[in-house]
Amino acid sequence: MSLTTAHSVVAPSANSKRIAGAIVVGYALISIVPLLWIFATSFKTPPDSIAYPPKIVFQPSLEGYCNLFTTRTRQTPEYINALGPATGLCDATVRKRNMVIAGPSNFLPRFVNSLIIAFGSTFCAVFLGTLSAYGFSRFKVPLADDLLFFILSTRFMPPIAVAIPIYLMYRELGLSDTALGMILLYTAVNVSLAVWLLKGFIDEIPREYEEAAMIDGYTRLQAFWRTVLPQATTGIAATAIFCLIFAWNEYAFAALLTSGTAQTAPPFIPTIIGEGGQDWPAVAAGTTIFLVPILVFTILLRKQLLRGITFGAVRK
Amino acid sequence: MLDRTADNVARATPEPLARRIRGISDKGLAWLFISPTILLLLAINIFPLFWAIYLSFTNYRANRPNEAVKNLGLANYRRILGDQDIWIAMQTTAHFVFWTILLQTVIGFTLAWLIDRKFRGHAFWTTIILVPMMLSPAVVGNFWRFLYEPQIGLFAYVVAFFTGIAPTHVQMLSNVELAPWAIIIVDTWMWTPYVMLICLAGLRSIPEYIYEAAEVDRASNWRQFWSITLPMALPFIMLAVLFRGIENFKMFDMVNLLTGGGPGSTTEVASITLKRQAFESWRTGYSSAFAIILFVAVFGLANIYVKALNKVKQR
Repeated sequence: MSLTTAHSVVAPSANSKRIAGAIVVGYALISIVPLLWIFATSFKTPPDSIAYPPKIVFQPSLEGYCNLFTTRTRQTPEYINALGPATGLCDATVRKRNMVIAGPSNFLPRFVNSLIIAFGSTFCAVFLGTLSAYGFSRFKVPLADDLLFFILSTRFMPPIAVAIPIYLMYRELGLSDTALGMILLYTAVNVSLAVWLLKGFIDEIPREYEEAAMIDGYTRLQAFWRTVLPQATTGIAATAIFCLIFAWNEYAFAALLTSGTAQTAPPFIPTIIGEGGQDWPAVAAGTTIFLVPILVFTILLRKQLLRGITFGAVRK
Repeated sequence: MLDRTADNVARATPEPLARRIRGISDKGLAWLFISPTILLLLAINIFPLFWAIYLSFTNYRANRPNEAVKNLGLANYRRILGDQDIWIAMQTTAHFVFWTILLQTVIGFTLAWLIDRKFRGHAFWTTIILVPMMLSPAVVGNFWRFLYEPQIGLFAYVVAFFTGIAPTHVQMLSNVELAPWAIIIVDTWMWTPYVMLICLAGLRSIPEYIYEAAEVDRASNWRQFWSITLPMALPFIMLAVLFRGIENFKMFDMVNLLTGGGPGSTTEVASITLKRQAFESWRTGYSSAFAIILFVAVFGLANIYVKALNKVKQR
């Protein structure tokens, strides 16, 4: 045995590695097919999207994206011919189907709602979570374990069970179908995750830094601000992304508590319909636009993923 | 280890240092930092919970807010426990939770065990496998409706291609027998990566010297797997099962969009029943009682499970 391989008698053999690799790659490829199909469908025309057998090779079209962002009305060919030249790509595309663009669809406002509510609640949850996590990490809080468990236990409740009294409460307070109401609710749900994750991150920062800062004359608050926060940035960023993903993906509360002005994208996307049923290319286009930010975040979060999904229970 | 040293340092330095700290006392600061979170949770989680408990003893209906509210005592609870439909929903939920967890654990652990061989490119492929679990269950569930569509759907086509069944007959969502499996397949597709990731952490936590010792003792690979790999990864597997169990017990979004509980009520898991009772039949009092029962059930089961988990960890 050569020296380079001698360090381990238990390393898997080259052959077993090859077989393992083949199986895992096979699984990965199969599991990614539905996502590739969504992506491909978003560039199909409606007839292509429901063709049999399903089309793998097709002429790409932006019709799905045009339909996603507009509402259209059917017109006679004479009417369309009488119009001037098409004003844009989408205009030209829908005219081929004897339609004219009547106006913008609700997708953009719903998407903006998603952005406002996700970012607003993430900011609040991380702000509150950082303070609480620091409190639990550094001070002797009476009943700390019970309080931490209480914070986590709010996550055990089925969302629909929470939604019933929230629905009534918001109706009384005038918070139904408002962005503020949704931000408050998502903050409450996310703050449990934020406290648990951030407590883990802050526990890992040695106390000596603050002690040193306080010997130098900083108050506790200044020490927190100048030494702990800068060291916790990675943890705070990872926590923020997890909160953002939750708020972005959330459906149950959004579907039950919002209906119009504050509706987010997840309850809206399934309602996109065309003539005679669901407009699948438009749905796929909406889904693609909705999923892309999450894909980016997943790649950014790779290393912290495990910690986030287990509430900090497992750290690598 | 390091944590403990830090603790000792902190304990060893108090008095002279504490006197130098100006402004708010540590105790005051601790409460200042923690109370906003507690207040928010009291307002958005605990107050509504008590409201729901109150409502569960009444015949209140949210669509008739001006009607007189009658106190029913425990009648709602008694009716739920005797309600055939509720028991069917609980069975549907149990079927869903059992099969999704079984499939996800077996596939997830196997994948983790294979990935742990560290073949070339394993990090890249792991990231690819992880993607489905980060996506919105609602948006993805909605899209699986398209894949399941008989004839035009990709899933139906692939099944038809391999089995020779006419693709119009692959009716995953409208067939009473197949619909429960349709939601199990999507949930497994989505959450197997979750179990895999936790199992992978478990496998990587096993120190190599244990295997080296086993190798010296000439333990077979089979024996090593059953006496080292599996027992040492068990707390991690159980943690994954705990998280998935709670999540799937609460499952709403994906099922609501895929089948909406149908056909009939074959895929009506507990959360869907709750939604139908609360927001379609508007039996607010009755559904609040059901919500409380569900909450107590999740809470109780999770507590028992955590105790078992701790026992395994201590071994």
